[in-house]
Amino acid sequence: MRGTRLGDKLLHIYTWLIIVWLSSPIAVMILFGFNDKKSKSNTSWQGFTLRWYAELFDISDLTVALRNSLVIAAVSTIITVVIGTMLGLALGRHRFRGKGVTNFLVFAAISTPELVMGASLLSLFVSGNVPRDANTIIISHVLFSLSFVVVTVRARVVTLDPSLEEAARDLGATAWGTFRQVTLPSIMPGVMAGAMLSFALSVDDYVVTSFVNGSTVTFPLWIVGAVKTGIPPQVNVMGTLIFGIGVLIAIGNAVAARRRT
Amino acid sequence: MTSAIELDDVVKEYLSHGEVVQAVKGVSLDIAEGEFFSLLGPSGCGKTTTMRMIAGFEAPTKGLVKLHGQDVTNVPPNKRDVNMVFQSYALFPHMSVWDNVAFGLKQRKTPQDEIRRRVGEMLEIVDLAGREKRRPREMSGGQQQRVALARALVNRPRALLLDEPLGALDLKLRQAMQIELKRIQREVGITFVYVTHDQNEALTMSDRIAVMNDGLVEQLAGPREIYERPATAFVAGFIGTSNLLTGAATGGTLKISGGRVMVPGQDGDVTVTVRPEKITIGTEEPAAGLSAVRGTVAEVVYLGTYNSYAVSLADGAEITVFQQNAHDATATAERGDSVWLSWQAQHSYVIGS
Repeated sequence: MRGTRLGDKLLHIYTWLIIVWLSSPIAVMILFGFNDKKSKSNTSWQGFTLRWYAELFDISDLTVALRNSLVIAAVSTIITVVIGTMLGLALGRHRFRGKGVTNFLVFAAISTPELVMGASLLSLFVSGNVPRDANTIIISHVLFSLSFVVVTVRARVVTLDPSLEEAARDLGATAWGTFRQVTLPSIMPGVMAGAMLSFALSVDDYVVTSFVNGSTVTFPLWIVGAVKTGIPPQVNVMGTLIFGIGVLIAIGNAVAARRRT
Repeated sequence: MTSAIELDDVVKEYLSHGEVVQAVKGVSLDIAEGEFFSLLGPSGCGKTTTMRMIAGFEAPTKGLVKLHGQDVTNVPPNKRDVNMVFQSYALFPHMSVWDNVAFGLKQRKTPQDEIRRRVGEMLEIVDLAGREKRRPREMSGGQQQRVALARALVNRPRALLLDEPLGALDLKLRQAMQIELKRIQREVGITFVYVTHDQNEALTMSDRIAVMNDGLVEQLAGPREIYERPATAFVAGFIGTSNLLTGAATGGTLKISGGRVMVPGQDGDVTVTVRPEKITIGTEEPAAGLSAVRGTVAEVVYLGTYNSYAVSLADGAEITVFQQNAHDATATAERGDSVWLSWQAQHSYVIGS
């Protein structure tokens, strides 16, 4: 009994240490968004203020960079989800020539180091005379997040009872009607998980983006560029807001999942 | 009697690992309007493939499928006027009971108020009124079964196909649902095609049964006929318990180890089946004119309503006998007893003569 109680206590402490360790960077980020800093750097606490929230969009090129990131993330997520869902359905459901190769490529795209992917994409675009701009960033982001959507959708598809779709057909639904009313709602959790992953991967990507951006600046690229001169607290505020939206989506998802069961 | 479903020499071949496999080897059926028709057979006999060809999920390699005289061999399932109840029920998990049942009517662009009326009526028939808002997973197996039935029947199909629909239910519920299914079929008057491997289910509910084996129909007849007059040794063995006796008959009598079997009018090699409940077990030598075999009781099993005896003959063959526990529950013979078995000539049913 004594031993068990000691074990319980240790497990408690250990769990809390992990939670503190995981959340402290986020806590620091949020906290320094409220820092009433006087010097150039934002690394020591100098008092509380809401000033940076009021002046959130006062640094115009930071605002442009954030908008670029959000637009690129939204567009690349939509493209990724459409292509990735079709690919996930095909890989989870059908047998076809080239399935093994496709599965391998999906895995390869996940395991390729970002540096390698960025460098090879750059040389591809240069040799193909493709001008580097927001479009090349979107193409690249679709490329590295596609596999994640494929994997989450495929996992959902293989657990799907194939007679569900047959039942819909039997009851008079067309092929498209079956997909819209039965298949898509059934694989939706996988699609949504993939969409969230690809948005998150896109919005904070630095490595690949830095190769293919041309003169377009995204949020992560702007922050890295500002490190030498000191990161303004607006960055903390924007980070806080993005984090907050992410938390809200996660909570909404958990609530929806509980309602479903 | 107009025919609802006709299969004309239907063959289904699959390519499996580069080899052609025949799942259905040439089946012809003529199912009448309003009939309760069963496809009965062991797994892999082609009964489900046959049903899937009627539903339109599989295209026959050869042959024709007709619904009400119309050739539908190449018509997709959503354009066929038949509906199916799946073994897994295949209820849409993200929809309420009401939306599941209304699905087919919505696809056909039925007016809202008609959908409301027909779905309501159908839920009444399957005894699920008041549970419209439930999700399928919140319901018991028997209730899910009834939702699946309602979802198919609400479309008023010309025929309803049922693929082992009671397989997932426990025995008590299964028996209750058998009676329920039969009641609903009478009420709606729709042709039912029922796929099962359970002979009791088929015998209880069907007007006619097609017994299938290895891609072919072995016998097509009513339940009584199938049980009393099995056309092949396979049917005799698959439906209930039966004793198979083979040998060469001379002048209407088949001599077997330890006795005689009366086979009136037969000469030459014959296979005879005798149902265990037709046989009388006793200690005195039976009268002339009866089939009579001498053996030793090898096993007695008490089964509540009847006793099952395994009697071994001199050559080692075994005959199974059922004896009703009508008047007293004590067994008339014990293990090791030497006994006489007898039955009337009409119960020696000669197969494939």
